[in-house]
Amino acid sequence: MISLRRFLAALRARLPEFYRDRASLLWNIAMPILLILGFAFVFTGEDEDLFTVAVLGDAADSPFAATPHVRFVPLNALAPGLEKLRRHQYDLLIDVRAAPRYWLNDSAPKGALAERLLLGSYAQAAPIMPTRQTVAGAAIRYVDWLLPGVLAMNLMFSCLWGVGWVVVRYRKNGVLRRLQATPLTAFEFLAAQVAARLVIVLAVTTVVYVAALWLIGFRMQGSHGLLFLTFLVGSACLTSVGLLVAARLRTEELADGLLNLLSWPQLILSGVWFSLEGVNPAARALAQAFPLTHLVDAARRIMLDGAGLAEVGPQLAILAGLTLALLAAAARMFRWN
Amino acid sequence: MTDPILEARNLEKRYPGVTAVDGVSISVPTGRCFGLLGPNGAGKTTTLEMLEGITEPSSGEILFRGAARGRGFREVIGIQFQSTSLQDFLTVREVMRFFAALYPRHAGIDDLVQRCELADFLDRDTRKLSGGQRQRLLLALALINEPDLVFLDEPTTGLDPQSRRNFWRLIESIRAEGKTILLTTHYMEEAERLCDEVAIMDRGRVVARGTPRALLLEHFPPSVIRLPASALPGRVRIPGVREAGSGQVEIFTDDVPHTLAELEVAGVALESLRVGSPTLEDLFIQLTGHQLRA
Repeated sequence: MISLRRFLAALRARLPEFYRDRASLLWNIAMPILLILGFAFVFTGEDEDLFTVAVLGDAADSPFAATPHVRFVPLNALAPGLEKLRRHQYDLLIDVRAAPRYWLNDSAPKGALAERLLLGSYAQAAPIMPTRQTVAGAAIRYVDWLLPGVLAMNLMFSCLWGVGWVVVRYRKNGVLRRLQATPLTAFEFLAAQVAARLVIVLAVTTVVYVAALWLIGFRMQGSHGLLFLTFLVGSACLTSVGLLVAARLRTEELADGLLNLLSWPQLILSGVWFSLEGVNPAARALAQAFPLTHLVDAARRIMLDGAGLAEVGPQLAILAGLTLALLAAAARMFRWN
Repeated sequence: MTDPILEARNLEKRYPGVTAVDGVSISVPTGRCFGLLGPNGAGKTTTLEMLEGITEPSSGEILFRGAARGRGFREVIGIQFQSTSLQDFLTVREVMRFFAALYPRHAGIDDLVQRCELADFLDRDTRKLSGGQRQRLLLALALINEPDLVFLDEPTTGLDPQSRRNFWRLIESIRAEGKTILLTTHYMEEAERLCDEVAIMDRGRVVARGTPRALLLEHFPPSVIRLPASALPGRVRIPGVREAGSGQVEIFTDDVPHTLAELEVAGVALESLRVGSPTLEDLFIQLTGHQLRA
């Protein structure tokens, strides 16, 4: 028999630490904000190359190739190149495979200058002038791209340690044994731990998000409601990972090691810091197994591209499914002692 | 004699390579204070935890009011473990409210605060309590559901003598309310003061059981004389003298004046001599052949 009264009592007993544990609260809020500000500062310097031009085909085929201070980036396909052009990551995109064509972003000031250089080089040396096409889109700074990842990373640490490590400590020091002696059931206890952690994590994430809006002038492209849902499902999933780790372990050291083992690969391979486009396919496949990958992916699409439920549905479904599987396993494995 | 509230038959707990509890049978009478006595490692705590339903016995049977313990068992018992931490960042009052909410019916918190003398530190973080304050809070938590049966595992271990005496008064008041108490201790003084009935355990077995008075009468003459071994001249032979450790010897006797006269005749110096009654500690040494806290 599940008792709502006992669940709520256990939930209430876990919430005061949110505002009484000042050190953790401050760290959870300050760390991601400092990270974001740090990256905003580091990446404001000018590139050495004045212009970045993406090229489909061999750049040497074009008279433009001789232009100094232009960095040429080879492309394999048009669509991802255009996407980056929209975000001002390229100043120009040229296709020299057949009759030369080029694309530029109307709203990018450097694009117009790069276009003059391009046309100048063709006017001097080539019989055919390239044809012009345009795309539209606002610039996305690295720090904007980073924000969803940093929010998700902070949430991951809080979920894993806030549940996993704490439950193991409570097992070791006898808190769980004392609760075992009451009518509180394991399910009620675990559900309360998850619920309390979700409340805490979502509140902290909201504060960090609002601070980022204000401090770095982030412009949200999608729905706040959908973003909240994404972080809710994501933290439920990561909390369940924490519960599974905590199901039986008896020492905090072991829990700490295991949580580190689970979190660091996610931190590196989930696309928090860099896009996974270029990485080794095996690593990319591995990253698909990580909850953080799907969380970062969904959050980034919503925040940067304004993706709707239909577009991030697959990620949310994966996270929700994983949550249920992990919770069921954790509840089955859980021991008070 | 009242019906037993709790009965255990042939309890065993085996761990790989160790049998912690080896065939323990006890019967706890309703409304009494029952003590499990023995040194550290005798199996008292393991026995208690099997009775509480915290540890599963390897074999044996446990009956609560004559029947197997059902789902409602946890609602009518209260437990104070030997070492318990409480959830972080909560005050005494919040911890009490939390535990109260886990039970369908519970004692009034104000009433418990008064009974267990918690008023002075009600809003203090539980991690900042002294040893005695902490034990009183843990006792209050054990009583929060108005249990019929209270388990106390070494409730006064680590307390200073003053706090210990305070705690004994509390336990006596709980017994006076008609609750049954089952406690473990390795302090024989504690058992003599609090327990109506005791079972003495050693190496996983019960070696004696009964009321403290009956057990002592059964095994000892009513008095014991103790004196330093150095007070005995080398070749004196007094019947019944035996080593008591720590350079002491003891003589159990039915007739103190007669024994004293014998000692005097033998030329024993009587300056450091003490006369007293045998204690459960003496009984324990008698039964097991080793010191209680060796």
